[in-house]
Amino acid sequence: MIKVENITKKFGKFTAVDNLSFEVKEGEVFAFLGPNGAGKTTTIKMLTTVLRPTSGRMALNGFDVSKDSSDVRKSFGIVFQDPSLDNELTAYENLQFHAVLYGMRRSEYADRIDDLLSLVNLADRRNSYVKNFSGGMKRRLEIARGLLHKPKVLFLDEPTLGLDPQTRRLLWDYVKNLNKKEGVTVFMTSHHMDEVEKVAHRIAIIDHGKIIEQGTASDLMKKTGKNTLEDAFIELTGYEVREEEANIGLNQMRINNKLMG
Amino acid sequence: MRTIYILWLRQIKRYIRKRSRIVGALGQPLLFLFALGYGLNPIYSQAGEGDYINFLSPGIIAMTILFTAIFTGTEIIWDKQFGFLKETLVAPVSRFQIMLGKTLGGATVSIIQGLLVLVVVTLVGFRPESAMSLIAALFFVTLIGVLFSAIGTTIASRLDDMQAFPLIINFIVQPLFFLSGALFPLNNLPPALSFITTVNPLTYGVDGIRGAFTGAYYFSFTTNVAVLSFCIAVALIVGAYQFSRIQA
Repeated sequence: MIKVENITKKFGKFTAVDNLSFEVKEGEVFAFLGPNGAGKTTTIKMLTTVLRPTSGRMALNGFDVSKDSSDVRKSFGIVFQDPSLDNELTAYENLQFHAVLYGMRRSEYADRIDDLLSLVNLADRRNSYVKNFSGGMKRRLEIARGLLHKPKVLFLDEPTLGLDPQTRRLLWDYVKNLNKKEGVTVFMTSHHMDEVEKVAHRIAIIDHGKIIEQGTASDLMKKTGKNTLEDAFIELTGYEVREEEANIGLNQMRINNKLMG
Repeated sequence: MRTIYILWLRQIKRYIRKRSRIVGALGQPLLFLFALGYGLNPIYSQAGEGDYINFLSPGIIAMTILFTAIFTGTEIIWDKQFGFLKETLVAPVSRFQIMLGKTLGGATVSIIQGLLVLVVVTLVGFRPESAMSLIAALFFVTLIGVLFSAIGTTIASRLDDMQAFPLIINFIVQPLFFLSGALFPLNNLPPALSFITTVNPLTYGVDGIRGAFTGAYYFSFTTNVAVLSFCIAVALIVGAYQFSRIQA
C-alpha cells in the first residue's frame, strides 16, 4: 500500500530523512517510533504530498507520490500532529468543507457525516462550534474527518498528544476497529510505547532520519533482549535527550495549544 | 467550481459570525470622514472645489475595501498558524483553486464592508449623482475588492506569522491609500506625487468610484477598467505561482 525507496530530505545542510526505504502492506497498522527530530513527521509530510523530497521514490495505493499527487491525496486521510480544524465553523461544517474538497456530492456525504459523528460520539454536538470543543473532542472530529472520503490509508501523526488516558483508549479502540472492519491501512507515530505495542502490527524504529530496526513489538524486544518495548526503544536509540532543531519546547507548546485551544 | 464555492462560503461564514469586527471596521472610515471631511470642507469649498464630503466619500469607500480585502487575504496566515491550511493543502484540489476561492471570499467580504460604508456616508451627507451611478460604482468596488484580496492572499502565502503584519500595514496598505487620490484631487500635483499616484492601482479604483458617483472621471471609465483588470490578472498569476510553492 505504501512503498518508499531511498527517500532523502535535506533542509540546507541538515539531513532530516536519510536514504529511507520501507514498505507498508495493505490492511497493516504500521508505527514509526523515534525520538524528537528523528524524521517521522518529515516522512509523513513527504508521503502526504505537502513536502517535496530531495531525492528518492514513493508510491501510495499504487500511485507515484510526486507525479500523481491528486490520486494520492484522494487515497489517504490524515490526522495531523497539530490541530487543523476551523474553530469558527461547526463540527458539521468542518466535515462538509472536507467532503466538498474531496469532490463528494451531498447525497454521498450527508449520511456519511452523521454516521462518522456517531462513531466518534459527537452526534449531539453536530452543530456546535469547534472552538467550544475540548482537545479530545477535536481529535475525534479530526479522525472522523480523516475517514470521511473513505481513504485506503490513514495517517495518524502523534494523534494522542495531550489527551487524557480515557480519550486515548477510546481513540485507539476506534482505530483498531476500523482497521479490522474496513481494512484501512494505518500509518501512525506516537511517543506512547504502550499504545504502539497494543495497536501496531509492525514497528519501525527511526533515528537521525534512518530506520535502525523494524519488526513486530516482540521481534524488537527479542533482538534487544529487553522485556518492554520502551526498554528496547531506548536500547536502540540511546539515552541522550533530543531537542528538535531550533524548536526547543515545541512539543510543550503543542500540548499547551491543545489544552488552550 | 464547488471547491471554489466552499472556500468562498467559509470566508463569508467567518465574516458574518464576527459581528463585532464588522462594526469595528466601520470606525476608521467614519473617523476619516468626520475629521477630514468636516475639518477640511470649509477650505476646500473656499478654494472653489465644491463639497469635500462628496469628494472624500468615494475615497473612504475605496479605503474600506482596500483594508478589508488585504486583511481578509492575510487570514491565510492564521490558517497557517492554526493548522487549517494543511487540511486544504492535502486535499485533491489545485493550489490555483484554493487561491481563487480565498480571493473571491476576501473580495466579497470587502465589497459588503464597502457597501456598509456607502450607506453610512450617505446618511452623513454624501450625495451621489443618481441612483444609476451605483451600478458603475459597484463595478469598480468589485474590481478593487478582487485586486487587493488577491494581493493580500499573495503576500500571506509568503509569510509564516503575524510578526510581519505591521510591515504590511506601514509599507503597503497605508502608502497605497494615502498616495492614491483618495484624499486629494489629482490635478496640479507636484511631479513626484503625480508619478506615484499614477503607478498606484488604487488611484484608478478611487477615480472609478468617484467618477461613477459624480460623473467626472480624472482618467476615463475605460482607462480605469483596463488598468484594474490588468493588475488583477498580474496579481492572480503571481498569487497562483506563490501558492504552488507553499510547502507545509
